Amino acid sequence: MKIVVCVKHVPDTAEADVVITPDKKGIKKEGLAFGINEWDEYALEEAILTKEKYGGEVVAITIGGKDSEDTLRRCLAKGADRAVRVEDPALEGSDAYALAKALGAVIKKEMPDYDIIFTGTQAGDDGFAQVGQTLAETLGIPHAALVTKVEIQDGKAKIHRELEGGLEEVLEIQLPAVLAVQTGINEPRYVSIMGIRKAKKKELKVLNLSDVGLSPDEVGEKGSLLKLEELYVPPVEKMAEILTGAPEETAARLASILDEKGLIPK
Amino acid sequence: MAEVFVLVEHRRGEIRDITFEMLSGCRDVAKSLDASVTAVLLGKNVDNFVEQLKSWADKILVVEDDKLENFNAEAYQKVLSHLIKERNPVLTLIGHTSFGMDLAPALAAELGIPLATDCIGFEVKDGALIAIRQMYGGKVNARFSFKKSPYMATIRSAAFKAEELGLSAEVEKVPSPLTEEVTTKRFLEYVEAVVGEVDITQAERIVAIGRGVGDYSDEKVRSMIEELANELGAVIACSRPIVDKGWLPKDRQVGTSGKTVKPKLYLALGISGAFQHVAGMSASETIVAVNKDPKAPIFTVADYGIVDDLFKVVPALTEKIREIKGGS
Repeated sequence: MKIVVCVKHVPDTAEADVVITPDKKGIKKEGLAFGINEWDEYALEEAILTKEKYGGEVVAITIGGKDSEDTLRRCLAKGADRAVRVEDPALEGSDAYALAKALGAVIKKEMPDYDIIFTGTQAGDDGFAQVGQTLAETLGIPHAALVTKVEIQDGKAKIHRELEGGLEEVLEIQLPAVLAVQTGINEPRYVSIMGIRKAKKKELKVLNLSDVGLSPDEVGEKGSLLKLEELYVPPVEKMAEILTGAPEETAARLASILDEKGLIPK
Repeated sequence: MAEVFVLVEHRRGEIRDITFEMLSGCRDVAKSLDASVTAVLLGKNVDNFVEQLKSWADKILVVEDDKLENFNAEAYQKVLSHLIKERNPVLTLIGHTSFGMDLAPALAAELGIPLATDCIGFEVKDGALIAIRQMYGGKVNARFSFKKSPYMATIRSAAFKAEELGLSAEVEKVPSPLTEEVTTKRFLEYVEAVVGEVDITQAERIVAIGRGVGDYSDEKVRSMIEELANELGAVIACSRPIVDKGWLPKDRQVGTSGKTVKPKLYLALGISGAFQHVAGMSASETIVAVNKDPKAPIFTVADYGIVDDLFKVVPALTEKIREIKGGS
């Protein structure tokens, strides 16, 4: 099987202090740890598992600067066969729609005979949950988002999609297709020393827009349909009463609050 | 008059809450755009839904087809793109749900319409729509403008309140544009999460753990949490990352893709408070959060908060509760 996995290099902001830049268009990168987008880690694992089961080749693709090669190397170390990074100044300011066009162009160039394309359902930074499905539309193939299980059989895939409230739906989807996976679909493997060693010998190609046959007008702000005007700190409507002091003190205060409210069973 | 389309989301014979939230929440923006609100209902045998929706929209557009019985992004996309091309609504709203996430991006791309996903609010500035959405896990809000109209947006669950509107919608039935069976994607069945021995929705007290507890397969971590839960007579629930790692079963997950709980006490340990989680626990009577990140969104939902290392706070809290219980 010819397998594509699209990945993104993103900052981990879960426990970090997020500071908006003075131009209000981005966040300060200093002090933030970057790595593979959480959803994409699962997409990568699903791509490798698919290859291990059915044979074939996995190509990992990203759009981003030099630093995003860390994420591609991680893909190679885990088992992707080759990696492609697209970088071009014209990509600056691209929305999800423009990024999907760019990814589609790379895929058509690098693996035109793909059977399956994995992406994460969303990225932890912008949270659009849009690129995979849009990519499918630009390639003219079916897609499914929030995929939690994949079984491939005879040019089709039987998949599960996560719905709300613990419910899932089971679908049959024709391949080739884009499957945008949800976290928890598998157990991503760790990077092994052997994997890192092997990755050094694998191809990591860097392309620009003209290499993939796109004009600068098709991406970036010109090729986008949505424009970020400004970022701002969310207004706080309500804030918890914060208990302060050493752990001993805060714990004692909390215990007595719980006791007053009759929340401690006796 | 211009129209705002609101896609009715329904599943297994019930209209989902997001539909009423969108119909109610879009009134202001529709007014600013000089548009009326049309509920767009796709399905099979939907008379009952039409009745329920009448007081919530100016118009209900109904497309009935056997092929629309269950949600199918491919079939829905075909019908909606036909309707949008035909009637040119100024704005189309779809839930940012599992259903909407699957449908909206491809639909917007097909039509070349700008799409803002996961919106929590709108503004209209000089006649143009501005979408408000969150980024970086809810730590930052963003205003996005659309390059052109018409617009499309998906709406976050519970971002708007569903408030009875008392309207009486005109109903218009439209023949289904689907000529043939959708073959690229076929619905097979629904599967429910496996039900375990503990029903967290019935619990009076819940100790909920999130990413901040670290490795919950570590015996020390697990027993620290279990001791606190035992002293409180609480059941242990969790946010998504704990289930993703396989440390607790799916039926312990609180949030949009898991369970909705309303206990007397919800003690959130190491949970950042992503909206998907908050949607499942915000109705709890007393919410306490322990998290080392003072900017974690969970503190905007909690009644009481402790900004500290939970590995220090939890054992101390267990001890204090023991003292209180021993002294009574």
